Amino acid sequence: MKRKPYLCSPNYNFIEMLKNYETVFILNPVLSDDQMKDAVGQYEQLLKDGGAEVINVEKWGLKKLAYAIQHKSTGFYNLIEFNADPSLIAALEIEFKRDEKVMRFLTVSLDKHAFEYNARRRSGAFKKKKKEEVAA
Amino acid sequence: MTLVNEPVNREQQKKKYCRFKKNGIKYVDYKNPDFLLSFVNEQGKILPRRLTGTSLKYQKKVTQAVKRARHLALLPYVTDGLK
Repeated sequence: MKRKPYLCSPNYNFIEMLKNYETVFILNPVLSDDQMKDAVGQYEQLLKDGGAEVINVEKWGLKKLAYAIQHKSTGFYNLIEFNADPSLIAALEIEFKRDEKVMRFLTVSLDKHAFEYNARRRSGAFKKKKKEEVAA
Repeated sequence: MTLVNEPVNREQQKKKYCRFKKNGIKYVDYKNPDFLLSFVNEQGKILPRRLTGTSLKYQKKVTQAVKRARHLALLPYVTDGLK
């Protein structure tokens, strides 16, 4: 249950309240590189059209799955961090569900600690392992 | 003569501590399976906090993170011989 923001609160913006989100989705490994880039670009565009601010897009590349999904043992992992109005998320997830290229997806809203963590992660000042992951 | 048992002299029985509280980690990342690996046993089950010493607050977050990682196939739901 979402609590309604107090209308008298100074933080409450009548027009829109953007929340921090991140979404990870796994694309089918059968796709060619171009198709994959198109698919990622398509979701980025979808978010931008919906009035979201895309902060970061990461491609983790072809990774091995811990278990088979749709009889595939690998997948292209992608991460998008964005600020969006909560109503946009449903639209995004419907797109994911309709798309046969997407094998799995997970959208998570970020709290302040997570947001801080992601900022540090993005700047690469974290662990070396992380950097390799990003580069791979 | 007393009837009280002698205390068992366990060598260096260290008190468990919550590593998140101690190191000031505030967010458990589900995108980092290597880290989460230290909170599951070799079958991929989540370890109880009575073994790891994690505080309740962070155990909940660890659990959430492990479950998210499983959904994204970063961690297995069931295996044998993980680690």
